[in-house]
Amino acid sequence: MSRRVVVTGVGAVTPLGVGAPALIDRWTAGESGIEDGLGRCDAFDPSERLTRKETKRADRFTQLAQVAALEALEQAGWEDAGIEPERTGCIIGTGIGGIGTIESQHDVLRDDGAKKISALAIPMLMANAASGSVAMRHNLKGQCYGTVSACAAGAHAIGAGLRMVQYGDADACLVGGSESALTPLTNAAFTVMAALSPTGISRPFDARRDGFVMGEGAGMLVIEAEEVALARGAVPLGYLTGYGATADAHHLTAPEPSGEGAARAIRAALGDAGVEPEEVAYVNAHGTSTPMNDRAETEAIKAALGDHAAHVPVSSTKSAIGHLLGAAGAVEAVATLLALRAGLAPPTIGWEEREEGMDLDYVPDTAKPIAERSGDRELASVGASGPAVANGASGSLPDVPAGRVGISNSFGFGGHNAVICLEAS
Amino acid sequence: MAATVTREQIQERVTEALVELGAEKDDIKPEAEFEALDLDSLDLVELAQIVEEEWGVEITAKDMESMKTVGQALDLIEQRAS
Repeated sequence: MSRRVVVTGVGAVTPLGVGAPALIDRWTAGESGIEDGLGRCDAFDPSERLTRKETKRADRFTQLAQVAALEALEQAGWEDAGIEPERTGCIIGTGIGGIGTIESQHDVLRDDGAKKISALAIPMLMANAASGSVAMRHNLKGQCYGTVSACAAGAHAIGAGLRMVQYGDADACLVGGSESALTPLTNAAFTVMAALSPTGISRPFDARRDGFVMGEGAGMLVIEAEEVALARGAVPLGYLTGYGATADAHHLTAPEPSGEGAARAIRAALGDAGVEPEEVAYVNAHGTSTPMNDRAETEAIKAALGDHAAHVPVSSTKSAIGHLLGAAGAVEAVATLLALRAGLAPPTIGWEEREEGMDLDYVPDTAKPIAERSGDRELASVGASGPAVANGASGSLPDVPAGRVGISNSFGFGGHNAVICLEAS
Repeated sequence: MAATVTREQIQERVTEALVELGAEKDDIKPEAEFEALDLDSLDLVELAQIVEEEWGVEITAKDMESMKTVGQALDLIEQRAS
C-alpha cells in the first residue's frame, strides 16, 4: 500500500570538500579531511552560493544546509520538476543547532549588555533554522521541521521524510542534516565527558580508538514517490526502501552494551524494506571511534545480520571526516548510496589493530568491492588503479554481481537508534 | 552630546549600515522603502542598535511602525541627534 520512494538528488558539504562527489571519491580513495584533530569544512565559502544577506542572516549550520540542499535539488532537476510546492516537505536534523550564534551572542550579553543582542539571534540559533530557511529559499510548502536527536538527527529526518512520501502526505521531500559545532563550548563540553579523542585520531573499530573527532558539514537528499519521479522523467539514483528507529532507554550518553536497541533498529529497517539479512551487501556504520559505540555496534550488527555479518563490508565515514553529529546520518546516507552505486565499500581509514571480539570486516586500508551475497564468494581485490568514481562507473569491478542493498546506522546521545536501508538503482 | 552631527554624516553611516544588513548600495536613496530594499523589521532593529551606539539616539518599536523609507529614518535620527 505504501508508495515506493526514490532518491533523485544528493548533496553534501564535508571536511573532504564541497559536493557529494568530493565526499565519496576522496573517501573511497582513502583520503581524510581531518586536520589537527578537527573535521572543518575549510573549502566551504558560503558566498559562492548564497547572497550576502542570506549569509549574514544564517548561522553556519544553516549556511552548510543551504549549500548542500542546492546541490541535491539541482541534481534532482528541481526547478523544472513541476511538483507542487504544497506537496513538498523539508525536514532537516541537527544535533545542537546554532551553537556558534549562541556563544557569540552570549559574549555580547556579558560584555555589552542585553540591549546589544542581535535581533537576528533567535532566527539564527534556533535548531529548526535550517529547515525553515531552506524551505523558504526553494518555496517548499509542505511539512517542514527539524529533527533533534543528537547524532541520529540526520537519519531520523530521512526516516520521517520517507514515511511522509510513502503515506502520501507529500510527493517529495528534501531531507537531511546539518551541524556546525566546532566551538569552544562544544569542544570543552565533549572533552570533559571524555567523548573526544585526546589524540585527535578517528580510527573507528581499531583497538586503539580513544574517542571521536568532531566534524562539521551537511548532507541532503531529495526523495520522491517513484511514480511522481518517473512521470516527470527524473532518473533515480536509488531507492530509500526502509527505516527503523528505536530507543535504548538505558543511559543518556552510553550505548546499551549488548547493542540490543541498535540491533532492533537494524531489524526494523530491514523488515520495513522487505530485505533479508543475507541481502545486505554493505553496512555504513555509525562507527564513532569511541570505545563503547564501536563495540556495541559490532554486537548489534552481529545480532541483526547473524552469520552473514562476518561477510559484509562494514566501514565508517567518520574515519575520513570525523563525527558530524546531527549531520552524520544524512552525510553517511549520501555516502552509502553513492558507494552502492559505485559498487565499492570505502575503507575505514586508520584501522589496523583488531580488538578481541570485534571481528567484522571493517574494510581496512583500501576500498573493496561490494558484492552480492559476499559471503558466498571469494572476492577479487581492488586494483592499484584506484577506485571507480561515483555515479555508475564500473571499470574496475570484479565479475561477481554487485550488491545493491546497504544500510546506514546512526545512534545518538539519548539512546536514539535510527537505521535506513538504501538500494542502488 | 559631542559636536553636532551633520545630515551627511548620518546619511553616510546609515548607508553603510544598510549595506551591512544586505541592501544594495546603489538602491539606497532617501525615497527608497525598506521593504523594496529587502529589509524587514529585524533589520530595522539592527539599524536602531547601530544608531543608538553612534549617536545615542533611541528608535523605538513604535517609531519603526511609521518609518517606511530611508529618508524618514534619516529625518528622525537628525531631529533627535541635534
